[in-house]
Amino acid sequence: MIKESTLSPETALLREVVGAGDYWMHEVKQGQTLRILDLEGNQAADTLFYNAHDTAERYSAIDTIREQGNVYLTAGTKLLSTEGNVMLEITADTCGRHDTLGGACATESNTVRYALDKKCMHACRDSWLLAVAENEHFGMSKRDITHNINFFMNVPVTPDGGLTFEDGISGAGKYVEMRAEMDTIVLLSNCPQLNNPCNAYNPTPVEMLVWDKN
Amino acid sequence: MTKHSSSLSEDIIPGGAHWSLTVKAGLTLRLTDIEGDGNVGMLFYNPANLLERYNAPDTLKCQHTFKLGTGTCLYSDMGRIFCSVIGGTVAWHDTVCGTSTRQSIEKKWRPVSYQMGRNERTQNGRDSFLVEGAKYGLGKRDLAANVNWFSKVAPDAEGNLGFVSGNSKAGDYVDLRFEMDTLVVLHSCPHPLNSSKTYPRKPIKLELLEAEPVSMTDICRTSRPENIRGFENTETYVRHTTPSSSGGH
Repeated sequence: MIKESTLSPETALLREVVGAGDYWMHEVKQGQTLRILDLEGNQAADTLFYNAHDTAERYSAIDTIREQGNVYLTAGTKLLSTEGNVMLEITADTCGRHDTLGGACATESNTVRYALDKKCMHACRDSWLLAVAENEHFGMSKRDITHNINFFMNVPVTPDGGLTFEDGISGAGKYVEMRAEMDTIVLLSNCPQLNNPCNAYNPTPVEMLVWDKN
Repeated sequence: MTKHSSSLSEDIIPGGAHWSLTVKAGLTLRLTDIEGDGNVGMLFYNPANLLERYNAPDTLKCQHTFKLGTGTCLYSDMGRIFCSVIGGTVAWHDTVCGTSTRQSIEKKWRPVSYQMGRNERTQNGRDSFLVEGAKYGLGKRDLAANVNWFSKVAPDAEGNLGFVSGNSKAGDYVDLRFEMDTLVVLHSCPHPLNSSKTYPRKPIKLELLEAEPVSMTDICRTSRPENIRGFENTETYVRHTTPSSSGGH
């Protein structure tokens, strides 16, 4: 569902551009709004969320899609935790829908998906593993790297049980916005994948914007 | 095929219960839905490195599928195959709808505590995974999207999900051939979208069978080009980590 935001970038508390292949790990407080902006279009933003006060509670893709009864995420979707609590709610979305089935790229799954000799190409999971290693104060490790959201990614499912990776439906300047319902650690990998159309074979930057509760 | 080979061991797990076992590479675990409309929640870990675990997203995207069935391989997050679905009588098994919780059971059915019902309590999937996982040092952080054997949840063209009742009949089975040694954590609690009038308490039979060697034309190896590479990764790993029979202490 297309829904535009009423927030202006000029009033944002924080604005940071994240290059493809980099991570962004940041706490967003309850009531604050986070926008992920696809600067050049067709980018995939692989994102995980954790309760800032107990990181064992984290975003749960399976609980989110089961409880809303639909596999796609868009404006109005409540992003649920493993404990069944609402972590964030998507409040604006100019892309229309986002994937949470396809997971993230990893060097090992790249060998299966593309070719055994692709194993040393940069991947989202490597960015996340560097993030948790460099941010020891969060107390996280590989155990905490779980089933994510792919903002801007287009992974249609079919009634007969098929699943495909299609060209993105995002474009330059499209964004998704969500309000935190609890203090939340956001862990984003701006996807470096070069082997599939999830980012049009051309990984590009995204911008992260945060607004205070108004 | 394994359908007619004799089982090495056989076990019945009552409905609404949980268990775990380590299955060696080269064995087939047959699950049978004894009464029909059963559900088996399942998670997989590498006993030699518990950080390697079943990854539903990789399993789905590597094989361009939303469902599990004959020909599907179940991938770890390390690009290897824990087990392959080499046969069975059910065309669709779910791996996207997660598991029941104490709260979700209580919303749907009259909860029965242990004090009230003894082992006929209304056990839930999440507590089952937590208890079985804890036997191996696993906790909340180690849970992941699980398989729900025998259960079907299908999307419509807009992605709306619907639970399909009657997906599995009495006697239906699924055969999982293990490609590497695997810790299997399982429960027989109802699927979280099951809307039956009363708490469904459906026993499951577990059998272990000797599997045939995996041929180059094996149904799972050849069902997708990705699986040829998945098998190559797994066979390399097993070769590197399994002591040869002549190299004993």
